[in-house]
Amino acid sequence: MSVLLVLVPVALGIVLLAVVAYVWSARSGQFDDLVTPALRPLLDERDTDVEPQRPPAE
Amino acid sequence: MTSATAPIEIGRTGDSGAVSCRHCGLPVPPGETFCCTGCATAHAIVNDLGLSAYYRFSERRGEEVRASGRAFAEFDHDSFTTTYVRDREDGLSEVELYLEHVHCPSCVWLVEKVSLTIPGVTAAELDIGRARARVVWDRSRTPLSAVARTLDTLGYIAHPFRGGRAEEARRAEDRAALVGIGVSGAIAGNVMMIALAIYAGWFGGIEREFERYFRWWSFLLTTPSLLWPGRVFFRSAWGALRRRSLHMDVPIALALGAAFVHGAVNTVRDAGPVYFDGVAALVFLLLVGRYLQQRAQRAAIDSSELLHSLAPATARVIEGAATREVPAEAVLPGWLVEVRAGDTLPADGIVESGDSSIDLSLLTGESRPVSIGAGDTVFAGTTNMSSPLRVRVTRSGESSRLGALMRDVADSARRRSPIVRLADRLAGRFILAVLTLATLAFVIWVWRDPAQAFDNAIAMLVVTCPCALALATPLTVTGAMGKAARGGILIRGGDALEILAGTGTIVLDKTGTVTEGRMALVGWRGSDDALSLLAALEKHSRHPLAAAIAAAETSTTRRLVTKVAETIGGGIQGRVDGRQVVAGTAEYIRTQLGEPSLAVPCALAGHTEVIVAIDGTIAGVASIGDPVRAGAAEVIASLQRSGWRVELLSGDRPDVVTAVGQSLGLSAEDARGGATPEAKRDRVRELARVGPVVMVGDGVNDAPAMAGATASIGVHGGAEACLRTSDVFLSRPGLEALGELVRGARRTMTLVRAGFLASIAYNVAGASLVLAGLIDPLIAAILMPASSLSVIFLAWKGPTFAAGEPGP
Repeated sequence: MSVLLVLVPVALGIVLLAVVAYVWSARSGQFDDLVTPALRPLLDERDTDVEPQRPPAE
Repeated sequence: MTSATAPIEIGRTGDSGAVSCRHCGLPVPPGETFCCTGCATAHAIVNDLGLSAYYRFSERRGEEVRASGRAFAEFDHDSFTTTYVRDREDGLSEVELYLEHVHCPSCVWLVEKVSLTIPGVTAAELDIGRARARVVWDRSRTPLSAVARTLDTLGYIAHPFRGGRAEEARRAEDRAALVGIGVSGAIAGNVMMIALAIYAGWFGGIEREFERYFRWWSFLLTTPSLLWPGRVFFRSAWGALRRRSLHMDVPIALALGAAFVHGAVNTVRDAGPVYFDGVAALVFLLLVGRYLQQRAQRAAIDSSELLHSLAPATARVIEGAATREVPAEAVLPGWLVEVRAGDTLPADGIVESGDSSIDLSLLTGESRPVSIGAGDTVFAGTTNMSSPLRVRVTRSGESSRLGALMRDVADSARRRSPIVRLADRLAGRFILAVLTLATLAFVIWVWRDPAQAFDNAIAMLVVTCPCALALATPLTVTGAMGKAARGGILIRGGDALEILAGTGTIVLDKTGTVTEGRMALVGWRGSDDALSLLAALEKHSRHPLAAAIAAAETSTTRRLVTKVAETIGGGIQGRVDGRQVVAGTAEYIRTQLGEPSLAVPCALAGHTEVIVAIDGTIAGVASIGDPVRAGAAEVIASLQRSGWRVELLSGDRPDVVTAVGQSLGLSAEDARGGATPEAKRDRVRELARVGPVVMVGDGVNDAPAMAGATASIGVHGGAEACLRTSDVFLSRPGLEALGELVRGARRTMTLVRAGFLASIAYNVAGASLVLAGLIDPLIAAILMPASSLSVIFLAWKGPTFAAGEPGP
């Protein structure tokens, strides 16, 4: 059972890493808009399948 | 339309005859490609930029393009730049714009792509939930007005987003709340895991040193949870105590603090119970509840900021022979301002010179421009349509009509839902009860077993923590709002739900709300064949009544129509499949048939009659009117059954309103016609003195009445600005959503009360266990999250709103 003396701190260290990552992502604004980013990949796909058909106008 | 010799096809015609507009998808007359010139222009631009992929989206605008045609010159002005534009470190500029008429995923695509085709624009991101676009561009290459004009031609009217600084602060607050929830959640999960090991040890046996090890770990983990995310409870409780008031955070802070300090002491002296798992779980659950409540209140504040953004940014002040631009906020009464065509009025005032027409849609929702001249009063926020005006300012800024409207909205946003305040009122009695019980537990146990007295007094504080009570209302109300939104009912604040769950008067606007707001064939007396002949003939007229009849014909029989002749204000005649068809007013028929004394059937109230004669004899009468929406009568009956008094209030002719009222089962005094917007407002205020009034309108002329009502409901199809300020917005046409809203509100409030009762029952049970000496940390650890979780379960799974629920 003395393995717990090692495993608990290791597990909590991993938790700490996850928490740090989460705090960083929340503070850098990744949870500010939860609707539009989900739509973007779908929109980009349509974009790429049309661009080759026509030279860019700009 | 005079004559036609070729056979006329009915329904979809050849390849050029798109039945829906090529840009927005709305139905168009046969042979037309676009529903309006706005759409045609937008279509041309989209194609020119190589963005025709837009038309492959299945979900498009469904709304015609209404470009404002403004120059957006104020967007390039220095005062605008200093107020709204941020300079970035890389030399580019950044601005946040609020865009009107953004509502679907394809809008995101179009707005972003189109902006990026403008030289100098390096980034454009649209947040569809808030209808806000962030644009990054090079000021030396492109003026911002060019970006705004391009978006305008596509129907997205840009406004500078105001309150950017408040927004910054709120964003920081939101992020802090999310960080708090995440951190406390991670800690709670791990502390509970460790607690599980301790509890398992009680039953399966655990070595003393491991129990001590786990207790120390849970102490070490809980400490940051309480000191970092959990400190908000202590801060707010302390603030309340300093103001000598009590709210829910006081008993919560007391329970958390007592349990933590007691646990810390017991950990150090290595004896007695610890409640760390309970404390960590409570901090997490309470923070979630707090965040949800905050978000619900924010929605209301957001809407008032949108109105702010719709007001103009600058004004052109005339001083002698020169004009100079000043921020709209700085305009003072008495000044003379120039308003060019296409500009928005910066302040309320009286026209000194100029004749023009004004678009009042922002204020009243009236979509038709109103013509004005010298001496007329004009209002801030309305748009000058045709020619320059000089306006003497009478009221500006906060005191203008728009300013007053914005203040109203902001005030109602600050007003908290009464049921939430009820939770705070309960807090006073609650804390008294908790402290009495804790003292009682201490006294009883000093007498029975002094060693346990202190532990039991703490246990009493912990198990009676009113966390379930604090969670019940925000969770239930937020959950109900979410479910309602999925069904197309957008609710902006909890108090609207509470009002709708009660009883009072519901005032309905007629045109567009109870009726469909367009002309249609509502009755036909005659044979089907005669109607078919009539419809074939009426297809050749552009008169609105003719269009209504033509639209009612669904058969695809081709008919040969020749020799069509139309008399303006009279009727139409022609040969259909070789038969002579004459249709029009009674007078027209008499003249055309040459029988001046011919008796014709009389009209129903509120409808226009078209009489039809075929081959010289009267073959039928078509009644045309604004049809009552399907299901309206059932919805009104169900509202009346649930205790609401329903009243119809309309600007239409009284006899029409009475007729519509009758068809809905409303008596003559409950169907009032001829009401101006002011009269509607006064009537609503008069009713509001007696009891709650809910005003239901589509924004057209209902805005003042909606502002005066206890709660306002905007229905699909009205002016956007008005609808965004209403308490509830029904995004589905028809009245079914209204019935659903009232039923859902009622169920939500029942659920809120059930949550209250459940959490109080848990507290009573916990208190009895402590007094009986049956409590220990395991029972407390089960009881407390169980009470919170059951309230959460009740709030999320309980019956409130059902998406797509069938009628009553």
